[in-house]
Amino acid sequence: MKKALKFPVEKVTPSVKAILKAQGVSDSSMADDRILRLAEKTLSVYEKLARPIGIIRDISKTDFKDLFYGEGNNEGDAPLGSIYESSRHLALFAVTIGNQICSEIPALFGANDFAAGSMLDSTASEGTEKTAEALELFYRESLSRKDEYNPSIGIMRFSPGYCGWHISAQKKLFEFLQPAEIGIELNDSYLMTPLKSVSGVIVAGKKEIFVFDDLFYFCADCDNRSCRDRIKALMESNSF
Amino acid sequence: MDTLRLLNEYMLKGDVERVEGLTAQAIAENCGAKKILDEGLIAGMTTVGEKFKAHDIFLPDVLLAAKAMHAGLDLLKPLLAKDDIPMMGKVVIGTVQGDLHDIGKSLVGIMLKGAGFEVIDLGKDVAPEKFLDTAKETGADIIGMSALLTTTMPVMKKVIDLAKEQGIRHDYKIIVGGAPLSDEYATEIGADAYCYDGINAVDCVKSFLEVK
Repeated sequence: MKKALKFPVEKVTPSVKAILKAQGVSDSSMADDRILRLAEKTLSVYEKLARPIGIIRDISKTDFKDLFYGEGNNEGDAPLGSIYESSRHLALFAVTIGNQICSEIPALFGANDFAAGSMLDSTASEGTEKTAEALELFYRESLSRKDEYNPSIGIMRFSPGYCGWHISAQKKLFEFLQPAEIGIELNDSYLMTPLKSVSGVIVAGKKEIFVFDDLFYFCADCDNRSCRDRIKALMESNSF
Repeated sequence: MDTLRLLNEYMLKGDVERVEGLTAQAIAENCGAKKILDEGLIAGMTTVGEKFKAHDIFLPDVLLAAKAMHAGLDLLKPLLAKDDIPMMGKVVIGTVQGDLHDIGKSLVGIMLKGAGFEVIDLGKDVAPEKFLDTAKETGADIIGMSALLTTTMPVMKKVIDLAKEQGIRHDYKIIVGGAPLSDEYATEIGADAYCYDGINAVDCVKSFLEVK
């Protein structure tokens, strides 16, 4: 399967709470009216300018082995190495919310609207993640239709640049997936444009294969640690 | 002076119109451009920075205040230029070659301007030579580099090595920042400091230039 999908903006619009959290306002009840108004206004800009789109393509374990190896720069004990080997299904993906919103952010900064620019940047990042989630949901539903998904199966996304999977693997990922079809390009630094894009692999397999401790030495440099929440949610989920 | 005290207050509220109006009023009252800048706008932004450091306010509050400060500063700039009043120091900033991330670097620039420094923002994807050429041309005190990718971090070392080759390394303090960086990395590549955010960058630049 290879498929490009457009998503309705309202399906991938982040919540005010999520935007404020990304702006360092961990408790949205602490934000005053002008910040809440700014968040609402930013959301309307997002809804006007975001063009969420994704592309997904199945990949065999044999093909993924070479892709995962990338340019040979991975950490030796990158958890994805054992996870994909024990998986049942793999699919490469890339999503973006488009160029228009990415151009608006520097335009706001240029107009001295720093708070609006910064908040739109956070909103766009959150929206890109929501788009990746929507694509993951599409993949889960497609497995369900083929009777290849049940409550014992878990699905997780992994991206080059995280969890010991070196960012240079982007090169082979792009060669295989060809996300230029939906407007995503890769530069020599393995940076995607539009900037608000996410790429990686969606792995489906027994839930247990995804469990790992964040004790790798590279975890110390990770300022994200979203793996903890995602693994916890996966183990607690019973969706079918 | 009531006008300057009010300017401080409205800076904290991020009230662009009031700050603009009070700056114009202070100019009309012959407060003096330098005094309005130091005791009105910069003092206001310093309070904002302190409140942010103390977690009393959030990033959007700081940026709303910065917008207000810029509105006031726009009115003062011609007067400061006319009286030949220098800013507190000159900083060249940019995101290194190969990297297109702009936001963190821009926030640093906004905070530095808010603290009274002249900022020359080279934008993103900046070649090593450009940092040094601009620093030489403008007589900058500090060079600030940003990188958000592990693949572009090494460009920072290229800039520092190039400065050494050109025999100008000690003419500038070099500060670096960006999510994948650390104090250790800054030391390893020979930078003078790692700055973890805009407020920290202001403190760092102030300490290098011995500004109180």
